[in-house]
Amino acid sequence: MSVTATAAWKNTRQEPGWLVRLFDSKPFLVFICMLPAVGLLTVFLTYPLGLGIWLAFTDTMIGRGGSWVGLENFEYLAEDPVFWSSVFYSVFYTAVATIGKFALGLWLALLLNQHLPFKSLLRAIVLLPWITPTVLSAIAFWWIYDPQFSIVSYIVVDVLGLRDTYFDFLGSAWPARWSLIAANIWRGIPFVAICLLAGLQTISPSLYEAALLDGATPWQRFTQITVPLLMPILAIVMTFSIIFTFTDFQLVYAITRGGPVNSTHLMATLAFQRGIPGGQLAEGAAIAVSMIPFLVFATLFTYFGMARRKWQQGEGND
Amino acid sequence: MHIITRRDTLKLGAGAIAAAAMAREAAAQIPASDATLNLPIENGASLRILRPARFVEPDEVLFRENTAKFTQQTGVQVRVDFVGWEDIRAQTAVTANTGTGPDVVVGWAEDPHIFADKLIELTDVAEYLGKRYGGWKFLGEKFGKRHGTNNWIGIPFGGTSGPVVYRESAVREVGYNEIPTDHERYLDLCRKLKAANKPPGFALGNAVGDGNGFANWLIWSHGGFLVDEDGKVAINQPQTVEALKYLQELYKTFVSGTLSWGDPSNNRAYAAQECFLTANGVSLYFALKNDPATAAIAADTNHAPLPSGRIGSPPQSALTINAMVFRHTRFPNAAKAWLTFMMEREQYDPWLSRCLGYWSHPLNAYDKSAVWESDPKLAVFRDSMNNRFWNGWKGPINQAAAAATAEYVMVQMCASVASGQQTPEAAAREAERRARRYYR
Repeated sequence: MSVTATAAWKNTRQEPGWLVRLFDSKPFLVFICMLPAVGLLTVFLTYPLGLGIWLAFTDTMIGRGGSWVGLENFEYLAEDPVFWSSVFYSVFYTAVATIGKFALGLWLALLLNQHLPFKSLLRAIVLLPWITPTVLSAIAFWWIYDPQFSIVSYIVVDVLGLRDTYFDFLGSAWPARWSLIAANIWRGIPFVAICLLAGLQTISPSLYEAALLDGATPWQRFTQITVPLLMPILAIVMTFSIIFTFTDFQLVYAITRGGPVNSTHLMATLAFQRGIPGGQLAEGAAIAVSMIPFLVFATLFTYFGMARRKWQQGEGND
Repeated sequence: MHIITRRDTLKLGAGAIAAAAMAREAAAQIPASDATLNLPIENGASLRILRPARFVEPDEVLFRENTAKFTQQTGVQVRVDFVGWEDIRAQTAVTANTGTGPDVVVGWAEDPHIFADKLIELTDVAEYLGKRYGGWKFLGEKFGKRHGTNNWIGIPFGGTSGPVVYRESAVREVGYNEIPTDHERYLDLCRKLKAANKPPGFALGNAVGDGNGFANWLIWSHGGFLVDEDGKVAINQPQTVEALKYLQELYKTFVSGTLSWGDPSNNRAYAAQECFLTANGVSLYFALKNDPATAAIAADTNHAPLPSGRIGSPPQSALTINAMVFRHTRFPNAAKAWLTFMMEREQYDPWLSRCLGYWSHPLNAYDKSAVWESDPKLAVFRDSMNNRFWNGWKGPINQAAAAATAEYVMVQMCASVASGQQTPEAAAREAERRARRYYR
């Protein structure tokens, strides 16, 4: 019997190549997988934002490059009454429209949270103003507010005979401002209502049952259960809503173009007006940059003001 | 009954052909002198052209037809894009800055002056056309030549002015046979119209054409101006304040809502018989005349020059479309040939006629066009391009003038006084402050 020497089995493992090791390393993988997102953000967010900020410190015009002028644009804006009126109206518009949207939106959400016939259908219908393209609803409101052809004026004057003259919705500063706020509230309610409805549905019914057993009134149930438990989502929705409202452009631009006499310019519409039709690209950028502090402040305020744990869980300040 | 039979279609077709033939024949009435222009078109040339969207339908139809004819005769492929009025300057700016995009842009009057350094000179084309068609009208030359030189950088295609549009019956009813040319009687007319519940109305909102047209008229007719010949801001003057005080009185006669009027608002109010005297281009009359529902209003409508006030000639400009050729084009001769072709009588006259003179001609020979005889109510538009005024009058035509117009400096000065937000003196000071920003 011949014995063949079997090759001794070696217990060694092929050392993996550097490439394999590289792709096995978690930090590297994280880095690689993030790259596309970083690339997209750089190209589509960081670069335009950076360019916008850079432009604000130059004297660029459409059709002509600019050079660095430091704070000159901001100095001009500081003494420009139109700019300050747009700052005032942006804040006012945002504040009033947000309060209106949340009051009515919460009310609507509470109604939709009841057991109603055709519940799903109703919820779908409520979304309509939100899903209509803004420009379309803006044009509809433009007709509603038209000095000669307003449906509101027609009904009040020609059908009901309550007034002798047509309403001049957009002809003077304050009526125009309130008209735009009304249009914005109309558009914003569905978003708030549907988001808050989602929040309401996460609240466990057992809490309400327990409260009912303890003899809580509907108002107590609302203030003690609904509001605190809704607060986290309310904070998020309000943050979004404030940002959307503050940066609103289409409604105002399509309905009044900032008129009469610049009284309804928001910072966003003024930035566009100065930058593109007016050709003063740098000044437009400076106005847009001036919006950033307001947005940061509003975001921080709603977020920290309303998302505190004390509100949510009834604990002390932390 | 709207059943169209085959026979009807044939008739329609024959009619269209006859109409086209008539238009060509009519073109022969336009006197033309001999002139030559030698432009050897580059091999394999193709062109991209950008122009503002149409306001009256035949504008686009004939523009495309004429361009197709050019392609047929020269083999040069041409693509024409129509863009919205508000967008065209921004697109022109991008074209100028990036050095790509359309070869030819038919933009607004000031545009070639803003982008002058990026354009090829068109002096040969302009001089040929001027020689052939009896010379350029005042605004044609003003908008075509680079400021202070004889070098042409633009070929103005035509302009639309905004004279007074009024209801004859209403004006007669209050005791006038025509529109007065002095301020006092014009105000009196407007007051009487208001009293007769047939009010006038002029746009005081941010309206590109109508708003600037009215504000410019008001200031110019009182002897005021935004900047002087050297481009120095000169709006804060006694004449401006007087003009604004006049506006305070005039505004009381307007139909309500004019502070929020845009460009289409006065057309709508006039067509709805809410407003009986306004200022507008021929498009208003054109629309009324072509709609059977409003033909009666058109029959009662007439045009008159804006009251000249203290200045002698009607203080208005013309909203002009002005063609320019960019340096980055690979086919400059083809571009020039296209421009020339479009301005030749065989193409230009049908375009002018079918638009009822909407873009009024910049070349003298077209005074003879049949369109001006076709309807006596159009006569006032014949000399639109001979108006002696332009946006930013008396200053140079440049970026600052364009910016001050686009920013509605004059319009908002007027609107702030009309609305009672500012005194005339304060409004003039504010306009001066704003204008200085652009003319620096």
